[in-house]
Amino acid sequence: MATPVLEKAEAGFADSPYITVTFRIRRFNPEISDEAVWQDFPIEIDPKERVLDGLHKIKWDVDGSLTFRRSCAHGICGSDAMRINGKNRLACKTLIKDINPEKPITIEAIKGLTVLKDLVVDMEPFFQAYRDVMPFLVTKGNEPTRERLQSAEDRERFDDTTKCILCAACTSSCPVFWNDGQYFGPAAIVNAHRFIFDSRDEAGEQRLEILNDKDGVWRCRTTFNCTDACPRGIEVTKAIQEVKRALITRRY
Amino acid sequence: MKIHKYDTVIVGAGGAGMRAAIEATKRSRTAVLTKLYPTRSHTGAAQGGMAAALANVEEDNWEWHTFDTVKGGDYLVDQDAAEILAKEAIDAVLDLEKMGLPFNRTPDGTIDQRRFGGHSRNHGEAPVRRSCYAADRTGHMILQTLYQNCVKEGVEFFNEFYVLDQLITEVDGVRTSAGVVAYELATGEIHVFQAKAVIYASGGTGKFFKVTSNAHTLTGDGQAACYRRGLPLEDMEFFQFHPTGIWRMGILLTEGARGEGGILRNKDGERFMEKYAPVMKDLASRDVVSRSIYTEIREGRGCGPEGDHVYLDLTHLPPEQLDAKLPDITEFARTYLGIEPYTDPIPIQPTAHYAMGGIPTNVMGEVLADNTTVVPGLYAAGEVACVSVHGANRLGTNSLLDINVFGKRAGIAAAEYSATAGYVDLPENPASFVQEQVERLRNSTGSERVSVLRRELQETMDANVMVFRTEQTIKTAVEKIAELRERYLNVSIQDKGKRFNTDLLEAIELGNLLDLAEVMAVSALARKESRGGHYREDYPNRDDVNFMRHTMAYREVGADGTETVRLDYKPVVQTRYQPMERKY
Repeated sequence: MATPVLEKAEAGFADSPYITVTFRIRRFNPEISDEAVWQDFPIEIDPKERVLDGLHKIKWDVDGSLTFRRSCAHGICGSDAMRINGKNRLACKTLIKDINPEKPITIEAIKGLTVLKDLVVDMEPFFQAYRDVMPFLVTKGNEPTRERLQSAEDRERFDDTTKCILCAACTSSCPVFWNDGQYFGPAAIVNAHRFIFDSRDEAGEQRLEILNDKDGVWRCRTTFNCTDACPRGIEVTKAIQEVKRALITRRY
Repeated sequence: MKIHKYDTVIVGAGGAGMRAAIEATKRSRTAVLTKLYPTRSHTGAAQGGMAAALANVEEDNWEWHTFDTVKGGDYLVDQDAAEILAKEAIDAVLDLEKMGLPFNRTPDGTIDQRRFGGHSRNHGEAPVRRSCYAADRTGHMILQTLYQNCVKEGVEFFNEFYVLDQLITEVDGVRTSAGVVAYELATGEIHVFQAKAVIYASGGTGKFFKVTSNAHTLTGDGQAACYRRGLPLEDMEFFQFHPTGIWRMGILLTEGARGEGGILRNKDGERFMEKYAPVMKDLASRDVVSRSIYTEIREGRGCGPEGDHVYLDLTHLPPEQLDAKLPDITEFARTYLGIEPYTDPIPIQPTAHYAMGGIPTNVMGEVLADNTTVVPGLYAAGEVACVSVHGANRLGTNSLLDINVFGKRAGIAAAEYSATAGYVDLPENPASFVQEQVERLRNSTGSERVSVLRRELQETMDANVMVFRTEQTIKTAVEKIAELRERYLNVSIQDKGKRFNTDLLEAIELGNLLDLAEVMAVSALARKESRGGHYREDYPNRDDVNFMRHTMAYREVGADGTETVRLDYKPVVQTRYQPMERKY
């Protein structure tokens, strides 16, 4: 492929915040080749900018065919999980200065899901696992006229797992998920946890049985990759442990 | 090309689209076409809350809420619609709670409420606790809860399908919706969806500004699709600038921060909002606060070496309160600015946030072809629509409310319509417009780049039609947009493939932004008054004699093919409240 050339922006100013960084991106486009290749892009960027800003500089000024998902650009929509320097992160929540810009920054698609083009993966198996754990409130009997009551303490019980944005950073960092695509994966368990521990919900037993399956929660080997990967700071491994404990004690 | 047939098709899967889908799926065979996976929608970025006069923590009622909404909108609000919004707010919040939404709770276990800009007790006496919230993640919780319930109801989604054209067929002289044409991102295939009813819920158009809280994907696709087919756009000159965006980046920092006690300060540390809004202070309506910030900056009291921002000060609030009530925005300050909000004030500036205008609808969500005529089978709800409940300036927490109240209404109305209506014949070659558009861009060898034109558009919009406008600045914008539209004809893309061609879609999105920017600027030029979010320095007062009316903008194509924006006007519905001078 041709060497990309970048326009010199702001060159010549001694106080320019811009530095030159190499983005080393795993490219894959089955319309062109069955092989994935690494491609280097030197870019000029302010180290306080995001990895997503760097990807946009490449897409908008150098190579429009570079393909990735993104939307909100500040860590709440969950579109741009990718493997940056070997670690799952959101490109919009990772600043250049925090990932050693002295060396080439490697960027590739998250693992364990089929790569469709460049950094875009097939999310369908991920969302299927999510749907399989009944990720919705189940209640019985007549609905109250007003809201259901819930104490602040009961609300706090599942607060951490309500933060999930379904970005798949946790699930695609899990070695068990890489080796066996049948495993529900951490994100689905997090979303089951969110309802199992909600005092208003009445389907905890059903969800626990789903997760008691051979592809369920017992496959977790407690490697903590998921907790490290979560861009929302959810204690994923802890949530999984709480589900395991609930399966043993049947108390939640 | 593939052809699908559904009773009801919903375009967009944010709050309004999914709220509509939950209703429509129960009543009709429904498909939701969405350019993003549903949980990626920008409803998830909303933070502070959803207004409803539950009166859980202090006295409140829907009439006070209606008044605040009308006053907040600088009397351009249709008062019958505002009354529906405020009345149905209570059930809308309770519905969400029953669907599972994890609201913050009071010590009694009921839904907790907090203060928000422009929401007052007894017609402006003092701030009132009306915003129902879940920390500073209310939008996230609404989006997740609605998606969860879509999963429960088995809603059928077509993810990463971009709707690029609205199909209209004349039936006995009446323009009637026949369906939509969509482009499938994964394959490049074009799909025609024939539908008895179509609901647009595709969100806003903030990406024509540079400093904006909006996602990259908010490019006004629904508005543009309808406008191109000759349907009007209402009140497009009214755009909201949220007072507290992160300096230069535009990332939203919720008004809830001020609802929790946060204070805006200039470089002298002065709480300057006391000068501009003696009663509501930092919780005046957003247009008032944004103008006050820029007045401080223009008069030399801005912060930083360039004096181009002010501070949001949270340092006097206990860290426990910030952790419990504002965890996300404090994290944004740490992540993107390297600032610790416990101890340091956060640099902020107004950020382009919300389109008050959009596709005109009545209170059933039915789209209007002119001031009164409904387009059978066509509906809109949420930011894409203009009911108008927000008038010239939306109150904070009224948009999460709007999507739930009018999303539900549109979902029910559309499904009830499709239960009795028949299919309308598709136009001849229904996909031809989209096919030509896609082929032209894919084959173009032009010399213009999408990113260059988009940057120039965003810069001219920020410079000329932002918080302060004059005839001269707006004319500058109109001329620049015309130049960009001309150059857009010569745009080319690098990715010529079919698979996940986001290069192509960005080019199409830019075309939509250019069309809508033109409508906005032309509408703003003609409105020679100041009202809500539209502030004309050359006409600093509200002019109820000449401009107490909604703008209706139509695309006109001349005999020689030249396109122009034709403006017409529609009366405002006034019921209880006579216009008064607006003071906070």
